[in-house]
Amino acid sequence: MNVPDDLYYAESHEWVRVEGGNARVGITDHAQAELTDVVYVELPKVGAKATAKGQIAVVESVKAASDIYAPVSGTVVEANKALEGNPALINTDPFGEGWIFVLKMDDPEQVKQLKDAAGYRAAIG
Amino acid sequence: MTLMTEAAPKKTPLYDEHVRLGAKMIPFGDWIMPVQYSGIIDEHQAVRKNVGVFDISHMGQLVARGVRAGAWLNEMLTNNIDKLEVGTGQYTFLLNEHGGIIDDLIVYRTAPETFLLVVNASRTDEDFAWLQKHLGDNATLENRSADFGGVAIQGPRITELFQAMVGQEAELPARNQIRDFDAGGIKLTIARTGYTGEDGVEVFFAAKDAAKVWNDILGKGKELGIRPCGLGARDTLRLEMCYPLNGSDLSPDHNPIEAGLGFFVDLKKPKFVGREVLADAKENGTPNRLVAFRMKGKGPPPRPHYSVWREGERIGETTSGSLSPSLNEGIGMAYVAAAHAKVGTEIEIEIRDRKLPAVIEKKPLYKKP
Repeated sequence: MNVPDDLYYAESHEWVRVEGGNARVGITDHAQAELTDVVYVELPKVGAKATAKGQIAVVESVKAASDIYAPVSGTVVEANKALEGNPALINTDPFGEGWIFVLKMDDPEQVKQLKDAAGYRAAIG
Repeated sequence: MTLMTEAAPKKTPLYDEHVRLGAKMIPFGDWIMPVQYSGIIDEHQAVRKNVGVFDISHMGQLVARGVRAGAWLNEMLTNNIDKLEVGTGQYTFLLNEHGGIIDDLIVYRTAPETFLLVVNASRTDEDFAWLQKHLGDNATLENRSADFGGVAIQGPRITELFQAMVGQEAELPARNQIRDFDAGGIKLTIARTGYTGEDGVEVFFAAKDAAKVWNDILGKGKELGIRPCGLGARDTLRLEMCYPLNGSDLSPDHNPIEAGLGFFVDLKKPKFVGREVLADAKENGTPNRLVAFRMKGKGPPPRPHYSVWREGERIGETTSGSLSPSLNEGIGMAYVAAAHAKVGTEIEIEIRDRKLPAVIEKKPLYKKP
């Protein structure tokens, strides 16, 4: 299972890529493999306020709808419109083209409360 | 997101095979079952285009015997047992005194005075207890579920696979018929039935033979494009056909007339449990009806327990919903007020505080091209 070293991870299987004061967020390779066949993504609205661990988006597989939580607090500055036409990008490229949204972080220090790659690898066994 | 990893206690005789194939296992009632192997859409398409095999060993198998077994079952079940010749089965309902559905099942007459009832896994103990409680004279009932396994093999290439299993000269049983076959010394009871809308069979065998039968099917099916299929594909396939799922579309709160399944209720029989309620429902109609619907345009797929609206009025609730892999649209079933149940009625499905347009469609939602 692919767990890139340069990302932070939430226990609820979202990843964070720090880009200056912003956090780009998606779900992990492990999470997409568990879901498989993503058929719909409910994106957050640009400008929406996100609270760490609060529900912010929805990813739907054939079988079920799964809530996506904000790994850190902030304001949504971008949502991945490409997922509207091609939600399967989450399956094919979870850490790249399959990103879901970008947050302007309230407090960039907050990412330090997340797991690093080694910690997440241990958590998923 | 939250991932399910919880374990359930009961395993079918094919559990080790599922794990070996890398299936994602989930709790399903008391059972731990494969929900998918290669992916729901891939498995679904394999069944529509080639062939797929499902573990149905969790389903209950009850055997009724005796000179009065048929007459007794006719008073317990809604369809007419007298129409069953030896080697034939029928879809039927087990009702409570209020006409509510305890279970939907297939009953086969396997010998003049012997009947095999194949029932839903989650209802097996309840069905057995109910039938025992109402057991007639000169009839016995046995719960053989633990000693038997079963698989469903479904898809247009079934004949080729069937003949590879039991002999090139062998003929499939006719629709709804059941017969015993020998596959290299293993006894297989094969019925031409299914839950997918494709041609196919359901196969029953001793639990000890399960792994051998399963691997034989996968081996011989390989060149036919076979896929092992999980509960996920089973659900999308049956929903496209509008086959009801007990516990979702059927429950003790609903009767078969409301569910649009009156075809499997013989009101000409003088007596069966729930008859008065069903006769009244047929005569005077029911407040609600189970309808099939399709979402209009792209959007999130519907799920069970979403509200159904029409012109600002809440008219019902969904019982099933999914993306249809064959149609690539959201589809589902819902109980709605009878006044709004006509095919073509424009409705709205409430999905996360948004009301999205849908239309009531004729069943089945999917027809073979």
